[in-house]
Amino acid sequence: MHFHGPGLDTGDLSLKDVQFKHMGRLKEFVRPYAGYLILAMCLVVAITVLGLIGPLLTRQALDIYIPAHDWNGLNRIILVYVLIQASIAVLRYSQTYIMSWTGQRILFLMRRRMFVHLQDLGLDFYDRMQAGRIMSRLTSDIDALNELITGGVINLLSDVLSLVGIMYIMLRVNYRLALVSFITLPLLFVTVWSLRFRMTRAYHKVRRRIADVNANLQESISGMRIVQAFSREDVNMDRFSETNMRNFQANMEAQTLHALFFPLIEVIGAIGTATVVYYGGLRMSWGDTAITVGTLWAFLQYVTRFFWPVRELSEIYNLILQGSVSAERVFEVLDWEPNVKDKPDTIWLSNVAGHVEFKNVTFEYQKDLPVLHDVNLEARPGETIALVGPTGAGKSTIISLLCRFYDVTRGAVLIDGVDIRDIAIASLRRHMGIVLQDTFIFSGTIMENIRYGKLEATDEEVKEAARLVGADDFISRLPDGYQTQVGERGSRLSVGQRQLLAFARALLADPRILILDEATSSVDSYTELLIQKALECLLKGRTAFVIAHRLSTIRNADRIYVIDDGRVVQTGTHEELLAQGGLYKDLYEKQFSGNPLENEAAR
Amino acid sequence: MKVLFRLTEFAKPYWKLFALSLTLVFVISGLGVLQPLIVEWVIDDVLASRKFNLLIYGALAIVGAVAVQGGIRFVQRYTMALCGQKVVFDVRNRLYQHLQQLSFSFYDKAQTGQLMSRVTADVETLQRFFSNGLVQIVQSAVTLLITFGVMMNKDWKLTLIAMIPVPFLADRVRLYSTKIRPKFWEIQQKLAVLTATLQENVTGQRVVKAFARKDYEIQKFERDNEALLRENVSTRRIAAFYESTMGFLTELSLAIILWYGGRSVMTGEITPGEMVAFSMLVMQLIAPVRMLGFWVSLAQRTAASGERIYEVLDTRADVRNKPGAQPMPKIKGRVTFDHVSFSYDGRQTVLEDINLDVKPGETIAILGGTGSGKSTLINLIPRFYDVTGGRILIDGVDIRDVTLDSLRRQIGVVTQETFLFSASLRDNIAYGKPQASLEEVKRAAEAAHIAEFIESLPNGYDTIIGERGVGLSGGQKQRVAIARALLMDARILLLDESTSSVDVETEMRIQEAFSKLLKDRTSFIIAQRLSTVRNADRIIVLDRGRIVEQGTHEELLKLGGIYTAIYNLQFKPQEELEGVADAAREGR
Repeated sequence: MHFHGPGLDTGDLSLKDVQFKHMGRLKEFVRPYAGYLILAMCLVVAITVLGLIGPLLTRQALDIYIPAHDWNGLNRIILVYVLIQASIAVLRYSQTYIMSWTGQRILFLMRRRMFVHLQDLGLDFYDRMQAGRIMSRLTSDIDALNELITGGVINLLSDVLSLVGIMYIMLRVNYRLALVSFITLPLLFVTVWSLRFRMTRAYHKVRRRIADVNANLQESISGMRIVQAFSREDVNMDRFSETNMRNFQANMEAQTLHALFFPLIEVIGAIGTATVVYYGGLRMSWGDTAITVGTLWAFLQYVTRFFWPVRELSEIYNLILQGSVSAERVFEVLDWEPNVKDKPDTIWLSNVAGHVEFKNVTFEYQKDLPVLHDVNLEARPGETIALVGPTGAGKSTIISLLCRFYDVTRGAVLIDGVDIRDIAIASLRRHMGIVLQDTFIFSGTIMENIRYGKLEATDEEVKEAARLVGADDFISRLPDGYQTQVGERGSRLSVGQRQLLAFARALLADPRILILDEATSSVDSYTELLIQKALECLLKGRTAFVIAHRLSTIRNADRIYVIDDGRVVQTGTHEELLAQGGLYKDLYEKQFSGNPLENEAAR
Repeated sequence: MKVLFRLTEFAKPYWKLFALSLTLVFVISGLGVLQPLIVEWVIDDVLASRKFNLLIYGALAIVGAVAVQGGIRFVQRYTMALCGQKVVFDVRNRLYQHLQQLSFSFYDKAQTGQLMSRVTADVETLQRFFSNGLVQIVQSAVTLLITFGVMMNKDWKLTLIAMIPVPFLADRVRLYSTKIRPKFWEIQQKLAVLTATLQENVTGQRVVKAFARKDYEIQKFERDNEALLRENVSTRRIAAFYESTMGFLTELSLAIILWYGGRSVMTGEITPGEMVAFSMLVMQLIAPVRMLGFWVSLAQRTAASGERIYEVLDTRADVRNKPGAQPMPKIKGRVTFDHVSFSYDGRQTVLEDINLDVKPGETIAILGGTGSGKSTLINLIPRFYDVTGGRILIDGVDIRDVTLDSLRRQIGVVTQETFLFSASLRDNIAYGKPQASLEEVKRAAEAAHIAEFIESLPNGYDTIIGERGVGLSGGQKQRVAIARALLMDARILLLDESTSSVDVETEMRIQEAFSKLLKDRTSFIIAQRLSTVRNADRIIVLDRGRIVEQGTHEELLKLGGIYTAIYNLQFKPQEELEGVADAAREGR
């Protein structure tokens, strides 16, 4: 899975951009596992310290036991060496296991916390944040945070400890030789850090270029039918090749730096080795008996160990930068308040008659910019209410308020006389069936998709619902019938078929109140007929609110509310309203006299 | 693994560079053993023999050897990376080119998501392999051999004894790459499942809310999340075990050198310098062994990716140019279906024995239920699919005898689902004719009644639309798509439910534009609107893949068949309405 939303791009960031206030909040996720983390840290300290002892033992062997031909001494020291290495292996295993266990738990917790929060967030959140961005927060951002917590902190400890430990031992063994060998350290730091940063930036560039390549590919693949229909292959090939070439160049830039990095490090290492050998030899020639072959060998081993922690430290710096950005993004989501929440003492509606009333409802998406002004509507149980009006008049908002996707700013929406804010959201929506314009099909079988309306429904019930809305016909003609996989937004079904599925889904839920946003996209006349019949079946015996685009729906409605600019401007039946004149008649003439075959249009 | 060799076909054009890079690998590995040997020389022949005047040469030699080696290594890595990147560049281009040739049937079957992962993730794996992995694998192998050779040459007994843990290490490495790596792949799979669940939840949030399915969704997510957790922890635990054992075995080699080497030094068989050199050499030898597992698994993943890539590359386009296909001469517009039948999968017949002769300039309206084969019928004309039986002739030429390109360039298509590209409006309209002048683009936009809207935008025709640009409404998109088809100025037009989501006023104007346009073009329209049906020269009613009725509106009404039924249910109330509306207008 790849998401080309805003990836983690820290190439242009520096330490001053790190916001520690977000990082501090991570302790919320860490706290339950603090004990394990501390244990892991202790193990890391032990591993690092034990690891530093090795060269001291070889020095001892080379300087004392071998010249003295002390076979037992040599055997002993080898045994100690092997034992130390064995315990390092055991400790490292435990440490890695504890750390990955903890890390995965934390990751799990963060994902769950975020997912659950996402379920509670209102549509205002989804309106404002694209799916891709949400996804990358839940995947790559959380991963980056986990890496920081489990990798970064532990490694930082182990690296600093290694560096300090090596320097301490070297100073203790021979401070003169130690001080001379330290001269490569600043060189190493400067080289590693400056090159690492360039490399990081170069790799970020590579990632952007690859994302461009992939975006181009993605678009080409999803639009391939058009590409071929318009014989665009050659032009597109050229364009792709250009994008591909830029990716090639970015990669070469990064690769060049990469090719430079290790040879440079090795040269610096060789300078260290040469310095130790030369200065050590020099001291020997001056008669310094403290310098022995064993000491030199130990120093040679320590000098080469400088590189790893220095390099790791530069990585950790990067982890911190990424973590800071990710923390900000994650907490942006977690801090987002659900716009609609259950009150502490809500009512659970077990039965609903279906009386719906809007009482002086005013609604603002943004403060002081009302989109509905003082709206009054009423539907008695079993009535079908059609909402008609120009685009942007507020019809969808009315429906959203009834579903409680948003809360009213002033006034109240009542169901059976109860303010819907006093009803548990889950119980409210259980009595409502909502069919939206853009029918969403989950990947899974047709059976599963219909069953989404009532999870406990039997196969027979599902089929019955499909039969009632007339979807049974096309479903049974599919090779796998109800078990046909529909996926990737149900791309293999036509618009009309998707609508029929949505109807079946709603019918199966058997709601008292049905909310329907009639699709404007057209379907062939045969399917149109099916849909009209299905609608009749669906509306029967329920209170229904319909944003109507079909003339038949409008004509059959018990009452029509004409909405304009957030207000109810006319009410009545089709005939009454036509007789009245005004906006309804205007709309009607515009929409339905233009002789389109279907009476949808007017969006 | 065979596929890795097959992939070398992409490396062929760069074989000289590859050869240079490989030669340098040997030089580097040769120089690599120098440092321990110099150290040995310094310890034994300078320090132990107290010839301190030579010390400076020893120090300079150490730095010099590494500096020279470093310089060469840079050149070697650079050239290898260059080859690798070129190979990947070529693979991408080749894949893209191939994808463009594959037919509609391929895209019907392929899931976009899977296909995407092939062309993105799989090529990226290839890229990693070629730009980094390959260099390192070759270098590891060569270093291993040379170091081993030098060691054996110095003291074969010590070498062999020091090597005792290496087979065990190699075995661990092998087990790691065969047992653990696949598990990491499984983790990737589980992560993909989790991501898919998440994506669906986010995009379907309205439905989730509408049906109050929060708990169900959380359950679903929890299941996937937990599966991922378990897989992760268990795999990492085993991985940690293997890693620590491997670390231990490495150190064991050193201990052996110290132990056996120490004894040899005592007996005078080797010098202390040799022992130090040995321990440095054995480290050089073991590093590649330990990495071997990683390289092997990278090679395996690359092989797997390569296989998936070849699966695409080896898919032959169902619809392709015949050998010796000629360009289609300028089309006059006669279209003939001669006993045409068609099936997507060879099982279900979608079209059966279609016979149709359409004269140049004729407008054909196609009616029929869902699944009756309307779209398929239209899709056969530009050869989006090839007929499975019978033939289609344009101006008397079997369309399978001409080149695809020349055929499709002369056919204008407006598909049911409007797909626009993330590009400027101008580029989108000129999609089929990139060299079109702005004037032409404007004319097409005007004809499709989208010009006024475009000109009202701040950036006009240069406005970028799509994901990263301005969003268009369904109707606007449709009109851009119509403009796109109009600009092609084709003799044959295919319209699939093309005017379905524009508002009525625009709809009427588009109809006007169309009626002018359709006049001297052959057009096939999957009809949605009464006016289309009425104005068509001929109406074709399809049912389950057969033409069941054809004729003009009046003729078909007289027939009293399916058309009449549809008309009575659908169009008649419509006509009455028009009457009402007319009356209302007159009454004003």
